[in-house]
Amino acid sequence: MTKAVIAGLRVVIPRVKKTSKKRDVHAGDRLFFYSLRGLGIFVLSLLALFIIYLFHLSWPALQRFGFHFLVNDQWNPVSEEFGAAAFIFGTLVSSLIALLIAVPVSVGVALFLTELSPSRPAAVIGFLVEMLAAIPSVVYGLWGIFVLVPLLRTSIEPCLRKYLGFLPFFKGAPFGVGMLAAGMILAIMITPTISAICREVFRAIPRSQREAARGLGATRWETIRLAVIRSSRLGILGAVTLGLGRALGETMAVTMVIGNRDEISWSLFAPAQTMASVIANEYTEATSDVHLSALAAVGLALFGVSFVINLFARLVIWQAKKRQAL
Amino acid sequence: MMISALRDRLSVRDVRRTMVNRLMLTILMLASVVAIFPLISVLVYVIQQGWPALNRDLFLLLPRPVGEVGGGMGHAFLGTLILISMASAVGIPLGIGVGLYLSEYGIGKIAVWLRFAIDLLASTPSIIIGIFAYALLVVPLKHFSALAGSLALAIMMIPTVARTTEELLKLVPIHVREAGLALGLSRRKVILRIVLRGSIGGIMTGVMLAVARAAGETAPLLFTAFNTSFWPKGIFEPIASIPVQIYNYAISPYDDWHQKAWAGALVLVLFVLLLNVMTRLILQRKPTVRE
Amino acid sequence: MESSASEKVILKAIDLNAWFGQVHATRGIHFQAAENTVNALIGPSGCGKSTFIRCLNRLHEEIPGTRIEGQVLLNGEDIYTKGIDPVSVRRKIGMVFQKPNPFPSMSIFDNVAAGLKLAGINKRSLLIEVVEKSLRQAALWEEVKDKLKSPGTMLSGGQQQRLCIARALAVSPPVLLMDEPTSALDPISTAKIEELLIELKKEITIVIVTHNMQQAARVSDTTAFFLMGELIELAETSQMFTNPKDNRTEDYITGRFG
Repeated sequence: MTKAVIAGLRVVIPRVKKTSKKRDVHAGDRLFFYSLRGLGIFVLSLLALFIIYLFHLSWPALQRFGFHFLVNDQWNPVSEEFGAAAFIFGTLVSSLIALLIAVPVSVGVALFLTELSPSRPAAVIGFLVEMLAAIPSVVYGLWGIFVLVPLLRTSIEPCLRKYLGFLPFFKGAPFGVGMLAAGMILAIMITPTISAICREVFRAIPRSQREAARGLGATRWETIRLAVIRSSRLGILGAVTLGLGRALGETMAVTMVIGNRDEISWSLFAPAQTMASVIANEYTEATSDVHLSALAAVGLALFGVSFVINLFARLVIWQAKKRQAL
Repeated sequence: MMISALRDRLSVRDVRRTMVNRLMLTILMLASVVAIFPLISVLVYVIQQGWPALNRDLFLLLPRPVGEVGGGMGHAFLGTLILISMASAVGIPLGIGVGLYLSEYGIGKIAVWLRFAIDLLASTPSIIIGIFAYALLVVPLKHFSALAGSLALAIMMIPTVARTTEELLKLVPIHVREAGLALGLSRRKVILRIVLRGSIGGIMTGVMLAVARAAGETAPLLFTAFNTSFWPKGIFEPIASIPVQIYNYAISPYDDWHQKAWAGALVLVLFVLLLNVMTRLILQRKPTVRE
Repeated sequence: MESSASEKVILKAIDLNAWFGQVHATRGIHFQAAENTVNALIGPSGCGKSTFIRCLNRLHEEIPGTRIEGQVLLNGEDIYTKGIDPVSVRRKIGMVFQKPNPFPSMSIFDNVAAGLKLAGINKRSLLIEVVEKSLRQAALWEEVKDKLKSPGTMLSGGQQQRLCIARALAVSPPVLLMDEPTSALDPISTAKIEELLIELKKEITIVIVTHNMQQAARVSDTTAFFLMGELIELAETSQMFTNPKDNRTEDYITGRFG
């Protein structure tokens, strides 16, 4: 195995000039070090190349449309007018819906697993929640098309329209596919992320905290409130932000249930489009260079947003861990 | 405040606290049910819908022309196999190498940037990685290829493998390394023969997880490997894959294709779950690896 | 077993047995504490005194797999009677733990007020009054009165423990249990807390677990000696340390083991 690794490394690394022919242990060490370091530099350059190419591909569109690209909601391949506002809206709203659903559920699961459940069922339930993350996106999409969407179309959306139809969010024909479907599927997919981090955060709180609350005569729920949730707010924020980061970039499941209409609408029942789904849908059918470049620009925007959110999430979690160490 | 009798005329407040307590605990338990329910539903449907279409033809035959019933997705299964193999051949060594570097020589500017880069790659949406592979390999070659698809998948595998490797190697205590050095082994040998070899089980789990993930990824393949209806022709040609095939079949209007999509999904899900369960079992046997 | 006949017995354990799964941690304990006294529980490590004290406020049953049999009477009523909520028991029998554990996300004021707020007391003026009183009782008021809003974790170890004592006192429990409250503290803080106990007993009854015999001798009126889950001897402190009745007690006190 180690020989295979070294052989693999040797293939990828350019040869390093050796000054001495002796099989000197130190030279071997140095070669090893430089090989590995070369590997690291290679990966770094890969990433740099990555970003450069993304800019390169998007440049024609950026040049032509400028910042207006982000606020224009007209996306017309025929007239070659491209604005990404509808997709940005779609991404944000679907992610917001996902968070609204997933955060209470994920935090609830995490609390249940760390505070309430005895260890054997907790291990099983925890395993099942993590398996949610293992299911490929396209399978969720498949399930979404044939199970979730019909359910929305025949039961849930008509029901919402009946009772809450006075709100602008629940107006319009219930197609099943649309923003709500995308939000719900996203919620399912980000739940394992949020709950896994919340579990870590809750587990890190020392038992003596809970004992103190219990000793004061707090009920179980009050103990959770006093000793666990109060001290974890920052960590929960980090978990939620990471979940948001995941939701932003989710492509296949969203594409398959969101309806793929490049429009902004207040209604949750309306078909929509996200930054990721428009790229998936149109990239191979782009009619012109500008079209392709505009799609790459959408990709750049998505990359940027995802980068910022993930950075923020890591900062928050790092800060939360620092506070714990006190 | 007086010492009141224990057999309390429970104050209204206390009754409310008890009720709130019971309510919240029930809600927390419900949250777990709600969370798991979709998983159960997906599994049930995948098995229910996919099982009937699971037969030899599915694995051995090519798709029939549009609208005709019958045929299979053999080319997609083979395609995924080829793509994963190629991606692993690059992604695993690179990932382990980066992980090695970060854990053993992990101080200094390059290491800091490298960690940042790995984190960035890990959190980048997979479709954007597809765009990159497109720019790098599809544009110059002027058409879609298996090579481009494997590149995209390899890039996705590297962060998972690198992170697992780094974490596991860091768990090896200093005194183990010192023992090796004291025996007169060079640093390189200590790392490779002792540290790496000891952690190989855990690293394999990282590899398995990366493979599982790569097998299920669709987005980065959409415009790199693209798709075909034929057996794989060569690495510079487009190639089919299970997830892309599922996607295409799912959005088509044909029932027969829908069924095949479920069957493909069943195979994919079984494969992925199997790898995940194996990972769990391996990790459980190594108490030092888990927290 | 003796106690001062003229004083009222406030807390009494009758034939108390507790298990950790299969392990029989405390066996047939008969114990009592008189009002306004300090009662020390001594004995070598692992002899069941911590388990026993946790049975007195029904905290032991929080650990999964535990079982308790017997009675614990607070003012004549058994706290283990079916139907009695352990939560209400713990408001009457407070506890201070070995390692100071103030709530980290709360200020000093909020820490002391925590128990009060749980009990539904939200009136600001009343809270301020009780917090000050409790901090004075815990001999901490002078040191923190200007920084009630700062986090509880900013205090030194000894101060944090006194904060925990204030927090427990705020709900005016008639009985306060203390599980080795000074073993994690420096000698000066320890001395301060011991002084505190002597003042406190005028208002409440204290049961304190300690592995430090000198401490027991200094602060307590009654001492109970535990060994291997059993209560070997319960006597007035001065008597136990000068003229113990049981050989094992004598051995422990003179340092022959433990």
